[in-house]
Amino acid sequence: AAGMFLRLLSDVQWRAAHPKWRRMTSSQRSTSTTAEPQLVALPAQAQVVICGGGVMGTSVAYHLSKMGWKDIVLLEQGRLAAGTTRFCAGIVSAARPMSIELKMAHYSNKLYQQLEQETGVQTGYMKTGSVSLAQTQDRLISLKRIASSLNVMGISCEIISPKKVLQLHPLINIHDLVGAMYVPEDALVSSANVSLALATAASRNGVQIHERTCVSHVTIQKGRVTGVETDRGRIQCEYFVNCAGQWAYELGHSGEEPVHIPLHACEHFYLLTHPLKEPLSSSLPTVVDPDGRIYIRNWQGGILSGGFEKNPKPLFTEGRNQLEIQNLQEDWDHFGPLLSALLRRMPGLESLQIMQLVNCPESFTPDMRCIMGESPTARGYFVLAGMNSAGISYGGGAGKYLAEWIVNGYPSENVWPLDLKRFGTLQSSRTFLRHRVMEVMPLMYDLKVPRWDFQTGRQLRTSPLYDRLDAQGARWMEKHGFERVKYFVPPGSDLLDLDHSKTFYKPDWFDIVGAEVKCCKEAVCVIDMSSFTKFEISSTGDQALESLQYLFSNDLDVPVGHVVHTGMLNENGGYENDCSIARLSKRSFFMISPTDQQVHCWTWLKKHLPDDSNLVLEDVTWKYTALNLIGPRAVDVLSELSYAPMTAEHFPSLFCKEMSVGYANGIRVMSITHTGEPGFVLYIPIEYALHVYNEVMNMGQKYGIRNAGYYALRSLRIEKFFAFWGQDLDAFTTPMECGREFQVKLDKGMEFLGQEVLLEQKQNGVYKRFTMFILEDHDTDMDLWPWWGEPIFRNGRYVGKTTSSAYSYTLERHVCLGFVHHFDEKTGEKLVVTTDFINQGEYEIDIAGQRFQAKAKLYPFSSLFTQRRRKDEVELSGYQRE
Amino acid sequence: FYLTPSQVNSILKANEYSFKVPEFDGKNVSSVLGFDSNQLPANAPIEDRRSAATCLQTRGMLLGVFDGHAGCACAQAVSERLFYYIAVSLLPHETLLEIENAVESGRALLPILQWHKHPNDYFSKEASKLYFNSLRTYWQELIDLNSGETTDVREALINAFKRLDNDISLEAQVGDPNSFLNYLVLRVAFSGATACVAHVDGVDLHIANTGDSRAMLGVQEEDGSWSAVNLSYDHNAQNEREVERVKMEHPKSEEKSLVKQDRLLGLLMPFRAFGDVKFKWSIELQKRVVESGPDQLNDNEYTKFIPPNYHTPPYLTAEPEVIHHRLRPQDKFLVLATDGLWETMHRQDVARIVGEYLTGVHHQQPIAVGGYKVTLGQMHGLLTERRARISSVFEDQNAATHLIRHAVGNNEFGTVDHERLSKMLSLPEELARMYRDDITIIVVQFNSHVIGAYQDEE
Repeated sequence: AAGMFLRLLSDVQWRAAHPKWRRMTSSQRSTSTTAEPQLVALPAQAQVVICGGGVMGTSVAYHLSKMGWKDIVLLEQGRLAAGTTRFCAGIVSAARPMSIELKMAHYSNKLYQQLEQETGVQTGYMKTGSVSLAQTQDRLISLKRIASSLNVMGISCEIISPKKVLQLHPLINIHDLVGAMYVPEDALVSSANVSLALATAASRNGVQIHERTCVSHVTIQKGRVTGVETDRGRIQCEYFVNCAGQWAYELGHSGEEPVHIPLHACEHFYLLTHPLKEPLSSSLPTVVDPDGRIYIRNWQGGILSGGFEKNPKPLFTEGRNQLEIQNLQEDWDHFGPLLSALLRRMPGLESLQIMQLVNCPESFTPDMRCIMGESPTARGYFVLAGMNSAGISYGGGAGKYLAEWIVNGYPSENVWPLDLKRFGTLQSSRTFLRHRVMEVMPLMYDLKVPRWDFQTGRQLRTSPLYDRLDAQGARWMEKHGFERVKYFVPPGSDLLDLDHSKTFYKPDWFDIVGAEVKCCKEAVCVIDMSSFTKFEISSTGDQALESLQYLFSNDLDVPVGHVVHTGMLNENGGYENDCSIARLSKRSFFMISPTDQQVHCWTWLKKHLPDDSNLVLEDVTWKYTALNLIGPRAVDVLSELSYAPMTAEHFPSLFCKEMSVGYANGIRVMSITHTGEPGFVLYIPIEYALHVYNEVMNMGQKYGIRNAGYYALRSLRIEKFFAFWGQDLDAFTTPMECGREFQVKLDKGMEFLGQEVLLEQKQNGVYKRFTMFILEDHDTDMDLWPWWGEPIFRNGRYVGKTTSSAYSYTLERHVCLGFVHHFDEKTGEKLVVTTDFINQGEYEIDIAGQRFQAKAKLYPFSSLFTQRRRKDEVELSGYQRE
Repeated sequence: FYLTPSQVNSILKANEYSFKVPEFDGKNVSSVLGFDSNQLPANAPIEDRRSAATCLQTRGMLLGVFDGHAGCACAQAVSERLFYYIAVSLLPHETLLEIENAVESGRALLPILQWHKHPNDYFSKEASKLYFNSLRTYWQELIDLNSGETTDVREALINAFKRLDNDISLEAQVGDPNSFLNYLVLRVAFSGATACVAHVDGVDLHIANTGDSRAMLGVQEEDGSWSAVNLSYDHNAQNEREVERVKMEHPKSEEKSLVKQDRLLGLLMPFRAFGDVKFKWSIELQKRVVESGPDQLNDNEYTKFIPPNYHTPPYLTAEPEVIHHRLRPQDKFLVLATDGLWETMHRQDVARIVGEYLTGVHHQQPIAVGGYKVTLGQMHGLLTERRARISSVFEDQNAATHLIRHAVGNNEFGTVDHERLSKMLSLPEELARMYRDDITIIVVQFNSHVIGAYQDEE
């Protein structure tokens, strides 16, 4: 039977650890030697119930109990650490491309290292280091990018030559390698034992652990968790944590009010061998060969090797218990290509004897990032699952962040990229998940270049103009399920196919986007921006205005028809959302937010708006198609179509008016473009979308109108130094830190969320500052392009990372946006960042290990605002999203 | 000395033939999708023959394999003539009359069969007149006999087989003034041939078998796996009923000499066959015909040799055993093949290999390491081989070729081994027969949709 050996092995160790915590939980019971121990009664209530006794559940329990919460019950349907955790390969590696993932892995490593000492449970922790191999130059670039971000995090990391690889691991065939990355701190653990150690510590801190207890569903009343129903009775609770791993999706759907947790399991195979004649040293580094799609670690004198194949086998699509995990079959034919890669990498292993092929399902998510946070629909319902086969690496850190989230209301780091609320119900279709994870799993080891898009699960949400735009050469990307145009390929011009267009250098669409940008600057372009989240807030009296004045930092008590750029801040002054609000009438407001804010913003508003039937919040995203007319001639096109004067005297900047365009009535026209260029956004009821688009294109012909995409928009907004929520701005960034003090009305006459912190920052200064960098000695044609996440160096010292970048066709230079900190040279403590500090530094941006000189600016180039524009027409705000 | 893969392929594919039943109005109303056939010689010249034809005056399709012995003359004659005898046996009275009238008045004859022939499948021009006359005599008798009853396929098949064998015998006894033809008819009669013929008409499949060629149905089980159903019984010493039959037909005194060393009279492997007059005629008749025959016949030791213990002829018959099978949607294909195939492959393997070939799905047994000692290198080799097996499927455009590739090239693991294949195919003529027999295969593919529709109608 598959897994038998491993199961025996971990059972033995598990039993060794068993009494240590069992005694704590069942002190009333005398010694129990029976195979089927009698079960301890469940408590009737608890503050927190955690479902899942894998590394996630035990880590959450451990951290909650460390933070002083004691009234915690952990339920496990089988036995502790018996699911994916038991079969996990046990590699703890910080070599992750995303900084939040990297931080979680780094913390996990430190936690596991001292866990044995803390708990007395052997965790098998061994600091072996890891070597990631590059067979191609592109792979080496991606490793260098990771190395740069590891180094500035204080995690030692080296790019090494193939020869050095051989010194680290004598079995590796280095002939096809161009280089490698060595992370000496990476470690190996027995993941089951780490989980048991965490459980032991948690149980000592008072956490009650109950095995063989199955959660059937979670009860939710009035949008709050009230308890859980189990096969052994009900437990009332305030908080529920779903750490059910690959069953998390089903558990989320088991209640009356479903909680959508988009993840899907795939079979994952790894090989175990008998020891080599001369057993491998347990200190040999783990080898990751992403081009060969495999990883190899030492295991009891032999090796453990698995990988992420091109043709994954998703399972449990129709729910659990079709197959028991233990009964999954070994599939050698499926493993064949990985075995070939293994023998190519280590030809000396030919004569090594096989012990078994383990089939261990792992859960994957639609965007390859794990899922944590609170459900948008059920308060107190937390989730930590979907680890994309890096569960043991993230376990410690993820558990810590989630525990902080539960206890404090927010975690200590920006976890938006992992927040459950980045998904909506639309990502929870079984078919979608099945198709998407088949793309995600191979992607684990695929080369990820800037601006890659998922290819599966597409064309879910589209604008009514989709077919029209597609026929005109649109190339698409997807955001929150919505198809958006990247750029338009002119007829007759050939772009590279998908695989060949992957590059870290100048992309093939460079000139195409350049032409679109030029048209935005000189004539007029149309960009379909229908994906934006649109809410309407209205009330019978002044409730809407009063509530919004509390939620937003800018003053919304403006004359009807005015548009206000503002943020929704949390109590720390950080951006929960960044939006534009038009006052449609005295008592109603129209709110435009970034596309992926749809769930988060809705949840935030629902949470903070008073429960008042006279106050109505409505999501009208689907009702309107948005066309952005950018460029100096937009005013001419629109006035010809509407027979209405559109000049600044009649239609000033940041203004909103319902008017007719062509034959269509009731079009909301706003004089904003999200780029700093002149123009308008038209919010068109969808049935008029095609008509208005056709009219605009026909009328626009004589003004040189053309279609444009988001890449052009992005270039325009970045050269104008506009920050974008989700990319540049997050819940840990205040308006003061990104030069948006003018959007904060501290004196608007009423209190608002985050006000205190902003006041404090206004007086004492900020600890980071959003800064624009213009790359000086960067050759657009020859050098690697910046993306985001590149370290920023000031006078040779690390001060922060970039958050976005684009080529500015106007400056003919690359522009990077990012945050500058002021770390004390000795203590590393964060100091106040002053304007002088920014202006008096020499800056460099590190792109994959190569540093480029950069000029820092705190304000955009005013010289870019030329042409026919008058001063009062200038869109004042730095506000943008994409 | 090894053959390259492309040389191997050119040998294997030299005799391959495929026929696809044309679709009318985009709808294929025939229960047969088409067939693939192929032959690989071991004897020189090859003694196997194959035939395939569509009945034009009645419905249905005829397919057959013929395994000759003591020369190829009889197999050749049967392959040319048998289907005409069957078709005529199946014709209604009016059609027979129409044909006879046309011949009588020198008008153009209604075509009876549409042949599906490989260019190497030849018909003897010289004998066609002789053969035609015998056939005409047969239908004239059928017209005279007019029973008025509708023709039963089983009976038609039995009658056709017996009548043709009878005609072969008579033609040899009567002789022909043309010395070439005279020698030909004698060679046909003195050599022998087995026949395994399928008649498919809608869901009705009839197999008429004489001898030790075999018909096998490939059935796809619900779980997708393949199984084999025999649709013929071998007429040889391994078939107890057949041994019983032979013993019943002769006095008890001969019981011990009838079957010796698994052969009829210690000489002949098949217990039923066309021709082989040495096992059918009386000793007197044999002597008379041989003595009056041409010199070539007299010089041939074999024809002059009288089987031992030859007391109560005939010992051999061409009467076929007929099996009727109603096709079901799970019946995906039919394999007709001479014993050259069945000697080397088990029918279950044949079903699987053809089934997987036709569906393109490979239900390979999963590999399990279990308690065995397997190294990474061995496993890698095994997996590579399994992948190669799948890719070898795509080398062949013909199911029969694919089957021959396996029959000749399979190693002990059931995988095609190029080295072995190359060796077997490069054997010199005189050695080839020692390692393998002639192989002739027809694979008929059924149209499950049409068969399913037939079922639904009932």
